[in-house]
Amino acid sequence: MTEHAHGGVPIDAVLVLVAVVAVAGYLGGVRSSRARGRPWPRHRAVLWVVGIAAACASVAGPLAHAAHDDFVAHMATHLLAGMLAPLLLVLAAPVTLALRTLDVVPARRLSRLLGSFPARLVAHPVTAAVLSAGGLWVIYSTPLFSWMQASPLVHLTVHAHLLAAGFLFTAAFVGVDPRPHRMPRAWLAAILVLSTASHSILAKHLYGHPPTGVPDAAARAGAEFMYYGGGAVEAAIMVLFCARWYRAAGRRMAAAPA
Amino acid sequence: MTAEAAPAVGHRPAQNAWSGVLFGMGLIAFVDEVVFHQLLHWHHFYDRGTSDLGLVSDGLFHAFSWFATVAALFLLADLRRRRALRLRRWAGGVLTGVGAFQLYDGLVQHKLLGLHQIRYVDDLLPYDLAWNISAALLLVVGVVILIATRRPRP
Repeated sequence: MTEHAHGGVPIDAVLVLVAVVAVAGYLGGVRSSRARGRPWPRHRAVLWVVGIAAACASVAGPLAHAAHDDFVAHMATHLLAGMLAPLLLVLAAPVTLALRTLDVVPARRLSRLLGSFPARLVAHPVTAAVLSAGGLWVIYSTPLFSWMQASPLVHLTVHAHLLAAGFLFTAAFVGVDPRPHRMPRAWLAAILVLSTASHSILAKHLYGHPPTGVPDAAARAGAEFMYYGGGAVEAAIMVLFCARWYRAAGRRMAAAPA
Repeated sequence: MTAEAAPAVGHRPAQNAWSGVLFGMGLIAFVDEVVFHQLLHWHHFYDRGTSDLGLVSDGLFHAFSWFATVAALFLLADLRRRRALRLRRWAGGVLTGVGAFQLYDGLVQHKLLGLHQIRYVDDLLPYDLAWNISAALLLVVGVVILIATRRPRP
């Protein structure tokens, strides 16, 4: 579907260009931070590059092309766009880097934007979980899945949604960037468990109820991939989440008088 | 790990028990997945007869057991850090978690919600009996240990 030309330029080339700009912007920020004498951890830059590459591979290149006919490849692109890329990008802390390297005026604007009501609303753990987990249910229980297969524009929009919602969701639990919401960790844990459950319920539902036009065997293979592949990324998020909790408790222990 | 984390080194009987129970639940869910689903292929990923409620229960327990395993290990690390780990009480918690989860799986998920059977054979009764009686035994032993270890040994 990505073969379609738009004004003579293949969509793949445009997407790769967007990815290159995203990497260049981040690396420019890292250089500028270093130049001001504030080093930026190298591993965060690596996470950003790999994360952008994962997001790009979900819409351009061989895997994205295979996804049109192969349901397992389709699931793999969703896993990349909605789960793996968001996790890597969140850990790269792009907002912190931007706030650190932008000039005062744009940095203040960004900070004000992040603190605005709409931004706070979509970044809330509950909203983020509903956007992320709910979006998947919408894809498979409405005609959206067929539209995606038919129109490259719808396909790209859905992937952009998966990436953005996945980013907000992951940031709500293991974000490094400043967050407007400080929910008790026990509540966050419950939301994390519920959205993981929603994911595995949808996977088993798809196993028994293939989407329109997907053969039974392919639907089963794709559903199992979604169940186990998604489980792996969710387990990584849980480990990071608990590790933060453990470290925070350790800091409280150290701070309290013995 | 706990929100109300007291700073001082203490006995933390509740944390010892909960860390064990959560670990037991995660452990048995893992064993269930590896042994019965993947190695023996007795359990099925999906059963045509599964009710919607069964799928929801399965999904919730799948997610919960993942989180329980991770959280239990961090709680355990926290106990060691505070030098408050009591292995006997922790082990009692593990047996309680394993027994409770198996009993729920065997009675509610397999029988009541019809998620899937233990094994797809004609005579299921011996399997059901072995599964649920062993689960109940583990649960009883676990609870007895938990009660016996309520107070730290002087």
